Amino acid sequence: MYLSSVARGCFVFKPSPKKRRVSQKTVNDFGERKDDSEDTELRFVTCQSLWHEIKSETEQIQEDLNKQLFDNLVSFLRRSHSEFQEKTTKWTCQMKSREIPTAALVLGVNVTDHDLTFRSLSEVLQNNVTPYIALLEAKDCPGIKNLMQKLMGQLMNCYIDVESLEDEDYVQVSQNRIRCSMTSLINWYESVTKKTDSETLSKKRTSSSRHWQSPPVVVIFKDMESFTTKVLQDFIVISSQHIRELPLVLIFGIATSPMIIHSLLPHSVSSLLCIELFQSLSCKEHLSTIIDKLLLTTQFPFKLGEKVLQVLINIFLYHDFSVQNFIKGFQLSVVEHFYSQPLSVLCCQLVDAKKRVDSLSHDQCENIRRLPSFRRYVESQASEKQIALLTADNFLKETIQKLLEDLHVYHENYVSVLRCLHVFTSSLPKYPLGKQIRELHCACLENRVWETEEYESSLQLARMLNKSDLVTLLQQCVEIFVSSSGKEFGKTVEKLKEFLTQFQTLEEAFQERDVSVSSQKELQKTTDLYHLQKTLLELKESRRSKKLTKFEMLRFEVVDYIDSLVRNYLVPADHKTLHEIVYFNSASILRAHLNAAPRIALHTALNNPYCYLKNQALKSDGGSISNKAPDICIVYKLHLECGRLINLVDWLEAFSTVVMAAEGSKADAASSDQVDDTIHARFIRAVSELELLGFIKPSKQKTDHVARLTWGGC
Amino acid sequence: MSQPEGKGSGALEVKFVPDEEVLKHIADDAGVKVRKDKTQLTVSVKRFVKKLENISDDEAQEILEEKNYVAALGICAQDPVGNGSSVSGGEVYSFQTPKCSSKMAELASALAQTPGQSVAPECPEKTAKTPQSSKRSSSNKVQQRSKKKEFVSTTPYRLRKRLAAPDPYLESESEYSASCSEEEDEEDQKEVSAVGRKTPAKTKAASMPPPRNTLAKKIKEDKMSNLVEEYFEAHSSSKVLTSDRTLQKLQKRRLNQQTLHDLLKKAPLAYAAEIKELNQQHESLFSKWMLQLHLGFNILLYGLGSKRDLLEKFRTSVLQDSVHLVVNGYFPSITVRSILNSITEEVLDHIGTFRSPLDQLEFVIKRFKEDSSLELYVLIHNLDSQMLRGERSQQILAQLSSLPSIYLIASIDHINAPLMWDQAKLSLYNWLWYETTTFSPYVEETSYENSLLVQQSGSLALSSLTHVLRSLTLNARGIFRLLAQYQLENKDNPSYPGLSFQDFYQQCREAFLVNSDLTLRAQLTEFRDHKLIRTKRGTDGVEYLLIPVDDSTLTDFLEKEDEDV
Repeated sequence: MYLSSVARGCFVFKPSPKKRRVSQKTVNDFGERKDDSEDTELRFVTCQSLWHEIKSETEQIQEDLNKQLFDNLVSFLRRSHSEFQEKTTKWTCQMKSREIPTAALVLGVNVTDHDLTFRSLSEVLQNNVTPYIALLEAKDCPGIKNLMQKLMGQLMNCYIDVESLEDEDYVQVSQNRIRCSMTSLINWYESVTKKTDSETLSKKRTSSSRHWQSPPVVVIFKDMESFTTKVLQDFIVISSQHIRELPLVLIFGIATSPMIIHSLLPHSVSSLLCIELFQSLSCKEHLSTIIDKLLLTTQFPFKLGEKVLQVLINIFLYHDFSVQNFIKGFQLSVVEHFYSQPLSVLCCQLVDAKKRVDSLSHDQCENIRRLPSFRRYVESQASEKQIALLTADNFLKETIQKLLEDLHVYHENYVSVLRCLHVFTSSLPKYPLGKQIRELHCACLENRVWETEEYESSLQLARMLNKSDLVTLLQQCVEIFVSSSGKEFGKTVEKLKEFLTQFQTLEEAFQERDVSVSSQKELQKTTDLYHLQKTLLELKESRRSKKLTKFEMLRFEVVDYIDSLVRNYLVPADHKTLHEIVYFNSASILRAHLNAAPRIALHTALNNPYCYLKNQALKSDGGSISNKAPDICIVYKLHLECGRLINLVDWLEAFSTVVMAAEGSKADAASSDQVDDTIHARFIRAVSELELLGFIKPSKQKTDHVARLTWGGC
Repeated sequence: MSQPEGKGSGALEVKFVPDEEVLKHIADDAGVKVRKDKTQLTVSVKRFVKKLENISDDEAQEILEEKNYVAALGICAQDPVGNGSSVSGGEVYSFQTPKCSSKMAELASALAQTPGQSVAPECPEKTAKTPQSSKRSSSNKVQQRSKKKEFVSTTPYRLRKRLAAPDPYLESESEYSASCSEEEDEEDQKEVSAVGRKTPAKTKAASMPPPRNTLAKKIKEDKMSNLVEEYFEAHSSSKVLTSDRTLQKLQKRRLNQQTLHDLLKKAPLAYAAEIKELNQQHESLFSKWMLQLHLGFNILLYGLGSKRDLLEKFRTSVLQDSVHLVVNGYFPSITVRSILNSITEEVLDHIGTFRSPLDQLEFVIKRFKEDSSLELYVLIHNLDSQMLRGERSQQILAQLSSLPSIYLIASIDHINAPLMWDQAKLSLYNWLWYETTTFSPYVEETSYENSLLVQQSGSLALSSLTHVLRSLTLNARGIFRLLAQYQLENKDNPSYPGLSFQDFYQQCREAFLVNSDLTLRAQLTEFRDHKLIRTKRGTDGVEYLLIPVDDSTLTDFLEKEDEDV
């Protein structure tokens, strides 16, 4: 308790230098709970390497996705100051040159992802266009002065970076805080460009060859919406005055819609900008790509269970639209899986896993025998084999290797067939199985998809597809299977190709259809009501009785074939033996850590302390608490009975009534106005705790009253 | 107009419809089965994710259903403690229903009468009884009327006139009840306060119509708008239905901090065993926390009960061998600056000052980025405290915590604490939330607080009064005494403005304490500098002097002075 002081709030502890922990500690943290020491290290290493792989993959994906956008931006930047480059003096150019070239970058509402985008953007620009980039954020720029300061600081620092810190005097300049004004900025720019000019002449440095002689100065406003309009306006007006000396380009990062520029800036200011719009890729597409590349692939051995995936997707769709957070959740599930599942040591590439199986300890073998899915497997085996599995470690290891291979093959096949099914379902009207492949994936993981109503109806819809659609879908499926890594699909591809050729030969059956067309024509001729009715009835009859056309037969065949593929390969993962090794399934943990509900926790603790304190005296039925509950619960419960203001005296009396009754002692003796000191003190404590929790606050409206800050809740 | 019966009767209207369409209509018949399925589907596709996907296309499905939402998020909600994480928001904190004053006592006695057993408060009945919920706008009127009825026989003319203009009356009532001593009104006062306590009960009986029941039957939207109205109704009137009793009337001496502390120490902690068990559960997570801290997450603890001891245990058991910083967020004068200072000065051994916290932050970030061997654990008790909850402080702390070699573990208590953070800050913090309900009392956290019931300000003021006055001249003490006595004489007058300067000067002169008003003014400046008195200008421009200390303290002070003399 020596950490409480009335003079200080911060305490620093520094251990003696030799006692400091070395960096291998993380491994220790990993396994302190379990005692199988040799595996924990391996598990930790596997976890780390897997995570690093995943991380670099996601970064790669993001880069690829942004490539198009960045290319457009770079070409825009190149174009924007071509006049400045050529130093033309035409009249039109001069007129135009008052306008600042501006790129409005619409990024979407997922603000958390923007940072990464901007970072890679500035990297790209730095490599391709200009070394002079300033990234500004609204929170750093409450006034134009701060903005200029920040801007110049960043620009001059980057100059130093480029020159690899060779001239000391510039470092001095930036530290001396030269007056922040546009003129000094221009002077700086002139001196810099002159210098690089001369340097390129003399040294022919590689860095300058990438940039041109007078590279533009790029100013990026990361969050344009949160800037003060005044600051933005001033900056634009001032810099437009100097645009001819300083080739400035602005980039606005916009989260909402491009209209915001015009609502933020008056016409007189926005007319100084020459705006071009750039749209970044939507976060939903980004997520689909991530899911595609991380989950629907055999590249990574780790898999997410259905509920976990559902939780992550729901957090994404309902809370933030942030891909970064999705990846964070993914990381957490990786860590949790490797931390909590001792068998996750086998969650690695198949080749390694087989080796690791050989070196499994006896304890680990026991762990495997305890897995529910493995038990199911054992029960399905013959009795002598059962005994062997349960007693002989070596036999068990062999079986495990086989099972792991099965699991791997299952994943390979699963992905291809899932994609194939998705090709079909995503073309159906109303998307009974969902539009995105992730929904289909969830549905397939959840339970046998072919038993669901949605699947039934989508098959029915698929049986009504027209020929051209069906052919294109089949072609897509063939492509998927050909490119897939599964080995079993040779036959499938053949079969699908056969279907395709059959469709081609179906052309001959064209005459047959001609007949029906003619009958329809006949129908259109009749205008008489009676005849119409008759022919229609006939038509209906004939339809019912008529044999299916060849095309329809074929269509049924195709759909049935797809159905058989689904039944074969899209078995839910938790029906597979040893799925526990690679699937992470504890969604509740993930949810508790990422999407917590602190108010609900408080509410439960106050209303129903029995949830936490397992004491029989506290047990009660819904909506009420026992009078033996902790003080704060009683005080809370009493305060719920009050309106906006609470009289402290009444409250105190009510409290003491309850407490004394609960204690059951001198309830009658002290029934007068006098309240026991201890009870008084307990009441004071409980009330100030409620104040700390934010349920009440002192009020000056009436003496000895407090105001309630929450509503309702009985 | 058209054929509502369906396809069969379509032929009757054939003269209005071109043949092709009829044909199409019938040719489609083959698809009817499927279509039926489809319609069924749209009903049965309540599956959540799907619905979301449709949002962009389908406006109609935009309405989110809270229950579905909770159900979807709460799948497999097998919490370790088994608490109801599926409680929906509406159940937790709905809008307030105005309640009458006696309700609390009723519940208390109900709880008391059945020792060991629990009493379920019957919600619907109770709310139906409350007087204000009888009607949205007319509730006040109802009350007024019933009050008037009572007054007709007994109240004098003066009061009735006041009643005719309800609003000023309402405002003035609370003022009266606070003081209860105006001589001329004394009788009426008693009436008012008595009636004030009685009326709720009476109206309860009189205005029974329970709109609640009908309300419950109404459709959702209606309920929503009603809730809003209820809220504004509850907050529109300044009328407060509480009794007028004060602590002073209770004849209960106020406890000071020390006695409070002693008393609480003597009182046994309830359910110590269970609390210990809870704590042990949380302590088993320490190694996991360390792991997750090292992997770039930051840990946030929430839940009822002080988490200080838990964090302290974490610190002593795990962090002994590493550099760490403990921040008592509940400390009343903690600032971000002091946190940054202790990092730069004590952790980084930097001497020198910074122009702004932002500069300082930049420096810290730079240092930590340059030197990868630097590591710092930061423990913040009550990240949501009064001093740290500001936007700027949170921004700085968030940026600090986003550094890969700074590991932050913090606790929050306030129910609205998560509102401090927007998405940007949340992503900087990169929290992992941990529920650590401990049920242990907030001893340290509340010890700084100026609690309502603790006689803290009083004792402090008294000691400061005596201290300051002891260093003054005898005359100055006399001057202050005069003022204090005058104020005490007028303590029953609620509209006592203070002693006017002229009168005060006169009195001081008579007591031979000053000889000119200049000396008095000099003396008063001295008092004012020590915040012993306050001056304010009245409506007539006269300067009035007041001692901003409550009466009991002042009495104590005078008694003490008398003893000394």
